[in-house]
Amino acid sequence: MLSVADLHVNYGAISALRGVSVDIAQGEIVALIGPNGAGKTSLLMAIAGIVRAAGGCVEFGGHSILGKSAETILRLGISVVPENREIFTKLSVWENLLIGATARRDRQQVARDIDRVTALFPKLAQRRNDPAGLFSGGEQQMLAIARAMMAAPKLLMLDEPSLGLAPIVIDAVYTAIQELSGAGVTILLVEQNAERALSIAHRAYLISTGEIVFSGTSEEIHSGGNVHKAYFGFRTDDADRRSGIPK
Amino acid sequence: MSYFVQFLIDAISVGGLYALVALGIGLIFGVVGLVNFAYGDYVMIGAYCLMLTAGFSVPVAIVVTMVAVAAVAVASELFVFRPVRTATPATLMIVSFSLSYALEHTFVMSFGSLARTINFLPEMSRNIEIFGVRIAVVSLLQIGATVVLTALLAWIINYTSIGYQMRAVSENVKMARLVGVNTNRVIIAAFLASAVLAATVSVLFLAQTGTATPFFGQSLTIIGFVATVIGGMGSLVGCALGGFLVGFITTALQLALPSSLQPFREAFVFGAVMLMLVVRPGGLIMIRTAQVRV
Repeated sequence: MLSVADLHVNYGAISALRGVSVDIAQGEIVALIGPNGAGKTSLLMAIAGIVRAAGGCVEFGGHSILGKSAETILRLGISVVPENREIFTKLSVWENLLIGATARRDRQQVARDIDRVTALFPKLAQRRNDPAGLFSGGEQQMLAIARAMMAAPKLLMLDEPSLGLAPIVIDAVYTAIQELSGAGVTILLVEQNAERALSIAHRAYLISTGEIVFSGTSEEIHSGGNVHKAYFGFRTDDADRRSGIPK
Repeated sequence: MSYFVQFLIDAISVGGLYALVALGIGLIFGVVGLVNFAYGDYVMIGAYCLMLTAGFSVPVAIVVTMVAVAAVAVASELFVFRPVRTATPATLMIVSFSLSYALEHTFVMSFGSLARTINFLPEMSRNIEIFGVRIAVVSLLQIGATVVLTALLAWIINYTSIGYQMRAVSENVKMARLVGVNTNRVIIAAFLASAVLAATVSVLFLAQTGTATPFFGQSLTIIGFVATVIGGMGSLVGCALGGFLVGFITTALQLALPSSLQPFREAFVFGAVMLMLVVRPGGLIMIRTAQVRV
């Protein structure tokens, strides 16, 4: 469904992505994990058309989308829940939902989608006229997901949905993500919190300093110490050997 | 008593004019983050349009002026501000200064720098008497226009889809683009709305004073800018209140100052503004939800 090949992104002289390739099939939950500054957000922003790529190829549903405007890519069916939620704090909860459907013209279907997301997150309907800035962190995350769903996406990309949330709230967020996946939405999940992401993902990519260092099923990534290699630059079993700690 | 009512009406009508200017400046600042120092020149261009169309009937002249000012505002966005959209606020401000000078001196070259006079809407400078108070018709017109336009703007901003898109762009441009808001269209809409306000100020100003120079926009820009600052940058209600406050202070000083100090009235007005900002640095209206929740 989404196919990224040899993608390069530079910020001035610094290269954030160096030949990244990622494939996602219809209906999958794919996790992209890696440490801070690895290029996870850059990859999402390049796919969404916010950051300009220096080279490579991005295809979605058979269309080449590299260099297309953010609005066009959204219309084709890719929607983003950004890092830190970034809900519009001064808009009401309801306006936050409506603005998620800005790019759409099918008014009746939009009304049905509002019912759908408020069924998933009942709090949004209860406090529809409140400024969204008064929501708690968890509620803001729910609103950000609902807003992204209002664009009726085929592929939903979530950037660090667990960031800064209490564990019990993270549970609720992850349950919601699984429900969306169950409803047929393909999901690309970016997380620093690798354990969490791997617990629901079918497959995962490990990214470190702008390159994909490993990809495979969640179990494959989990074993083998690959996560440690991406985060710390060496495998834990190597480290054990070097430091002479007996197993 | 009638003396006080007269003062009140003067203050409200002057304040209303300033409020309209402040709203125009505050709207562009809120949506684009641009302090547009050429805003007063839109008003000046409107006034010259009215003088040039003096032969036509008044409604025709006003429509032509609205269209002309809107065209200038949109052109300045397309050809001047859009190419430097991503520059720092300081650069944007300098660009708007340059635009202001370019417009003013184009008018000096075309029409000379001397004040031009016109008897625009003579019936407006008449006074009418209500309950023993003499009121200039133009004052009533100013108050009426302020109320209608402020209400209209508030309705657009708060209850229409272009309105919440404007508020979204104002809060977070990147996110607005991510949810599919066409930011260029929203910014053009903001410039159009500010042009309607500017052209209205042109009509009211000319009806009151009947005279214009290529430079009269400058002082309006400064007053409007000061009003937006005391209102609390980014709040439109604050802009309007700030405009009224400056109008009230100006009118009160006009009455209170001895005639030897009258020429220095502006020094007292801006002194009062500075004092107010020392007491309340965030402006009159501080937006409750503007703080980030962690």
